[in-house]
Parts: sequence; structure tokens; C-alpha cells
Amino acid sequence: MPNVKITLDGVQYEVDQKKTIIEAARENKVHIPHFCWHDKLSAAGNCRVCLVEVEKMPKLAIACMTQVADGMVVNTKNERVINAREAVLEFILINHPLDCPICDEAGECKLQDYAYKYSKGFSRFVENKVHKPKRVEVGPHVMLDAERCIMCSRCIRFCDEIAGEHQLQFVQRGDRVELTTFPGEALDNQYSMNVVDICPVGALTNKDFRFKSRVWEMSFTDSICHGCARGCNVEIGVRNNEILRLHPRKNDDVNSVWMCDHGRLDTWKSVNAENRIKSPMIRKEGQLVEVGWDEAIAKVASELKSFGKNEIAVLGSAFATNEDNYVFAKFAKEVLGTKNIDFARHLKGENDTVLIRADKTPNAVGAEIVGVHPSESGLSFEKIIAGIKEGKIKAVYALECDFASLPGVEEVLTKLEFLAVHATNENMTTKYADVVFAASTYAEKNGTMTNFQYRVQRIRPAVTTLEQDRALDNFEMSRWDKFASHNDKWGKGPRRDARPSWKIVASIAGVMGTKYKFNNADDVFNEICQKIEGFKGLSFLKVGKKGAALKQTTFAV
Amino acid sequence: MNDEKNLQKSEVIRLKDLSFLQKAYVFEILKGMYTAISQIFKPKFTIQYPEVKIEHAASFRGRPVLVEENGTERCVACGLCSRVCPALAIEVQAGSTELAKERYPEKFEINMTRCIFCGFCEEVCPEEAIIMSSEYELAFSSQAESIFGKDKLLKSAEEMKPRLEFLRKNR
Repeated sequence: MPNVKITLDGVQYEVDQKKTIIEAARENKVHIPHFCWHDKLSAAGNCRVCLVEVEKMPKLAIACMTQVADGMVVNTKNERVINAREAVLEFILINHPLDCPICDEAGECKLQDYAYKYSKGFSRFVENKVHKPKRVEVGPHVMLDAERCIMCSRCIRFCDEIAGEHQLQFVQRGDRVELTTFPGEALDNQYSMNVVDICPVGALTNKDFRFKSRVWEMSFTDSICHGCARGCNVEIGVRNNEILRLHPRKNDDVNSVWMCDHGRLDTWKSVNAENRIKSPMIRKEGQLVEVGWDEAIAKVASELKSFGKNEIAVLGSAFATNEDNYVFAKFAKEVLGTKNIDFARHLKGENDTVLIRADKTPNAVGAEIVGVHPSESGLSFEKIIAGIKEGKIKAVYALECDFASLPGVEEVLTKLEFLAVHATNENMTTKYADVVFAASTYAEKNGTMTNFQYRVQRIRPAVTTLEQDRALDNFEMSRWDKFASHNDKWGKGPRRDARPSWKIVASIAGVMGTKYKFNNADDVFNEICQKIEGFKGLSFLKVGKKGAALKQTTFAV
Repeated sequence: MNDEKNLQKSEVIRLKDLSFLQKAYVFEILKGMYTAISQIFKPKFTIQYPEVKIEHAASFRGRPVLVEENGTERCVACGLCSRVCPALAIEVQAGSTELAKERYPEKFEINMTRCIFCGFCEEVCPEEAIIMSSEYELAFSSQAESIFGKDKLLKSAEEMKPRLEFLRKNR
């Protein structure tokens, strides 16, 4: 690619000839303010706030539509540019209502930031502002406030170019321009809520998160969406130890900057749900009764000992982390000695062309690689279920996965003599379980997931369980978390007595006579990296925020 | 050693050769009596608290209250008071309302054991919804009691008129 030399604010840079000024500047960490330009969308050039001075050009040029040329001299900070920018912002603010106090975007609003940083700080406009519809439900998940819209057209371009459904459009002209859907249509594509993220103002807001919290009151933890095998990079927004929203995090190798509505809305609600398993439980006289950890662990250890190797089947989980599955597989092979180890697949629908995968589990690839697959003479999931039906399999021990909800499974579970499961929430499987362990959800533990691209990605705890402490265990902290004392109500979100699955399995192994020396998820991952081809050379540090690709050629999967 | 020396030094040195009159303290007593008696006939400036209470100027910063107008609070639950509060005393949970203001405080709590009466909340409020009242008698018998909810915080705009006028004037 031929490079050209341009001068930006007096510094010379060599950039790709095909780039625009704004891209070249961004690449070299020179910030040019912009509303309508978005690096994943086509350029529209209608907000005019990215005006820069290009020497030898009679007028100021918009940086988002001007291609670089050899010898180009660009000024982004001189008086002429600053004046123009102030004028543009004043112009945009003419009809923008000053309702930041009731606007959900406040705190992460581009217009707020730019008005603070680049505008004059006062308005000369004394006439009446144009009024447009407010509180319009433009789609099932998105709320529109037409007055706040600054006509950047990002949302329209998103629907056209990324979601592939032309659902939004501007109507009218001049100061009456209004964003709307086509008559009778709704903004209801599977990716509709990304328009909330890219909207530079509060015109399009998240209906689910509406008025729930101010963004500055929350802590944001980098994690992975566990809605499907894609594993979109997300940030988990938490306040009072309760998840309030998810929003995507940029990772060009996985999800670009998008995520689907299903992932954004449905994947985290189970963490806050009322039906969480709050502590370990044992079935006594037909009822699940809450017991201490030691009692539940001892019970499972003694029960598992009473069955023959071939009478036991263990089920890993594609919802659990690599660490959980690794320790579980290790336990099955070394302690139980069973060959019947597999996990349940959850395939639904089809892969789409954007993000959504048919495999609705986040770690099916990882579970298989770290050892949760039947060895030569062992039984696969389907055969385990058949084995239960025939009475050959008498005891099942399973990680957090509601396998009873799969067709044809529920009716055979009554034939089991012993069923121990890890679970985060009450589900079909826990109804039949003799022992239920309270497992940490993906938002409460450290670990890694492997997505369908064989990419290992980190999850980090955002919500504390009873055994964790926000400050001591290196959690992301909001201002509220930092200063809460014992008598502040806001310091006391609900906490459950849950533990990560690998820890529970290791405790059972300990009781059964095999001590595992794992203190935390790092230790487990380090052992995976030593023992399993493909993971070699990795560590939590190397996986980092954006994940690391496994050497795919080393797997025969 | 040094300490002992210092102690000796700091001892009060009394005059040893006082006269009889001086030793009797008669003049000193009379002087004191005169001062006391002369005050009896002057106007009183003590107040018989708690029977009588001090009338404060509008500029006095008592406990913060929420202004109620037309049967609803002015507050739109923007959370700025909560953000600016240096003592983190205020907790606001917004909710959605059919009113034109769209947003209202579902929960508004001030932890009065945390409040330091600085008045930042009043200063930052874009709606003039939280203001400092003239109330200063705040005794609680438990921590739960010290958390004031909307029931205790809401005061009508008429009741708070002096403070609101003071704020307008000094804006």
C-alpha cells in the first residue's frame, strides 16, 4: 500500500494513501472531534464538527471525507478551526434540549463532552427551540427522543450496513428533520440496540436500562457475553453488586464493536434472579434443604464412592469455563476413573452473517479441548442418556448445565439413583438432583472461555459472592463501592454463597483422597497451559483483554 | 531530668508579702458583684432553648429537604446531588413517570449521619429541588432512623419560600 507523508499540527506522519484525515489522525493519536463519523460505518459528513484546516485549500475541510495526499499540511487546533468548531457546536445546540438531568446518556454523551471541551460554554439563542416527539418507542428495546437527535445518521447507516435492514429514516427538512421508522414498522432487528451505543447523544436510549442508574455510579468489568459461541467482548455494568446492563467492547477479531440484543438483554438477568441457588443443598425427605459446604461435599464424595466406575457418568458443561471443565475432567479420570464423560450441546437456529451462532453455549470448543469428551470405550452424551434409561448408568455428576431441558432427558432422570449437579439457578435439572452445589455464574468468577474461532478469552468477576471481597480481590470499583461502610444501604447488594465449579470439584477430590493444589483460577489455567497442546505458552496475562487464538492445527476436533 | 526542671520553672510564683486587705479579697469580691448586678438590668440575649427556638436567617443551612410543588416533587432524580455530595450521604433511584418531567425519584434517601450540611447538593441542583431548610434538630436513637426517605424530606414550596427567595436573589 503506497504511503504518503502528511503534516498534522506540525508533526510529520507517514500514512496509508487511502485513509481520510480523521483516520490518519486517529491512527497517530491526534483527536479530531466527530459525531457522525464512526470507524465501522461509512462516512456521511453531515455533522461538520470535524472541520480542519488544510493548507492551500480555500475553505476548511471535513476530516472524515477528505482523503490524505502527499505533502498535505493539516491544522486541527488553530484559531480558524477552533472558531469554526465553536460555531458548529453552537449550531447543533440551538435545538438540542437542555434536559441532561433526565437524559440517560448523560455522563457518556459525546455532545456533553464536546460542548464542555470545544464549545464557547454559553448560548446566544433566545428564541424557542423546535419541539418534536419525545418518549417514542421506536422498537421493542429502543426509546427515541426526537428533540435530542442531532441528525448524525449513524443509526440509519448502522441498520443499513451492519444489521442489513433499512428500518430507520429521516423525514422532513431543515430544523424539522426527524428520525423515524417507516410507517407501521419498528426498529426490531436482532442488533437494534447497537444504535443506542453509537448514538452520540441521548436520542436513542436503552429501554431496559431506562433510568436504572447513572453511568458514573457503576463499575464496568471487562468480560465475555455467554449468549452464544461467538463470545462477544462486553463490559458488565454493576451497581450495588447487581448487574444493570451489558454493552459491547471493541475487539476486531471477534465482534468488532457490536453485540446482539439477545446477548445484551437476556444473558445476565439470571445472575440477579430470585431463583439463584444461594447455598449448597441436599435432598432430604424429598425436599432440597440448604446445608453447609462440607456436608454437601462429603455427601457427594461418599455417594460417588458407592458406585462402580462404569455406573457413573459425568457431564461437563459448555457454559462453564475451561478451568471448570479441566478440573472436572481431571477429577473424572483420576479420581472416579470413569470413561463416561461428555457434555450437552445446545444448538438452536442457524449461524447468521453478523455475529449470532447456532451454538448457544460460550465454551463448547473449550470444554472439548480441555478433556470433556468420551474416551475410547466411554459413552457420549446421547449414550449416557440411553444408559440411564437402560439402568446401566446409576449416578450422574454434572456441572452447571440444564441438560434436563433437552428433549428426551427429563423423563429418564427419575431412574437415576444419585444425581449431583452444580447450578447457578433453579432449573429442570435441580428438580431431580439429590445434591445441588451453588456454582458461581460467569459474572462471579475468573476464567477463560474458548469461542468457535478457537480464541481463548477472559471472563472477570463483576459481582461478589460471599467468599469474595470487592477491594481485596481486585474487582472494578465504583465510587460507591470504594466508600461504602457497614451502615450504608447502598453497599449491601445481595451476595450468594456460591463457589466456582473448579473449586467445588477440587474440594470433592480432596475429600476422596486426591489433593489438587489449585488456589485460584490462574493456577488451573497454568496447568492447562502446561498439559494441553495448543494452550502452550499462554497465561491469563497473555490472554489479556482481547483474548488469544489457540493453535487450531493441534486439535483433531 | 529536663522535665523536672521545666516543672519547677512553670510553678506559679505567689506574692508572699500580701497585706491583710489583700488577703481578705474584699475588693475583688465587690468588683465581681458589681459586674454581675449591673448585668441584671441589661436586656437578655440568651434564649430559653428548647422552649424558645432561634429564628434563623434565610441563609442558614439546616438539613436538606426536597421541594414539593403541585403535589409532586420537583426532583427529576438526575443524581447530581448524589454525585457532588462529598460525604456520599445521598442515594437516588430514578423511576419513570407519565408527567412531562419523565423521571422522578422512586427512592430518595439522605443518610443524616453522613450529611455535613455543606449545601453542595442545593448548589448543584438544576431544578432547585433540594434546598437547605432551617431545621437543625436532628437526634436519632438508631442508625435506621437517621436515613431520611422521601416521607421526611418532602416540604411544600410555600413552607420553603424564604429559602427559595434567598436562592433566587443570590443566584
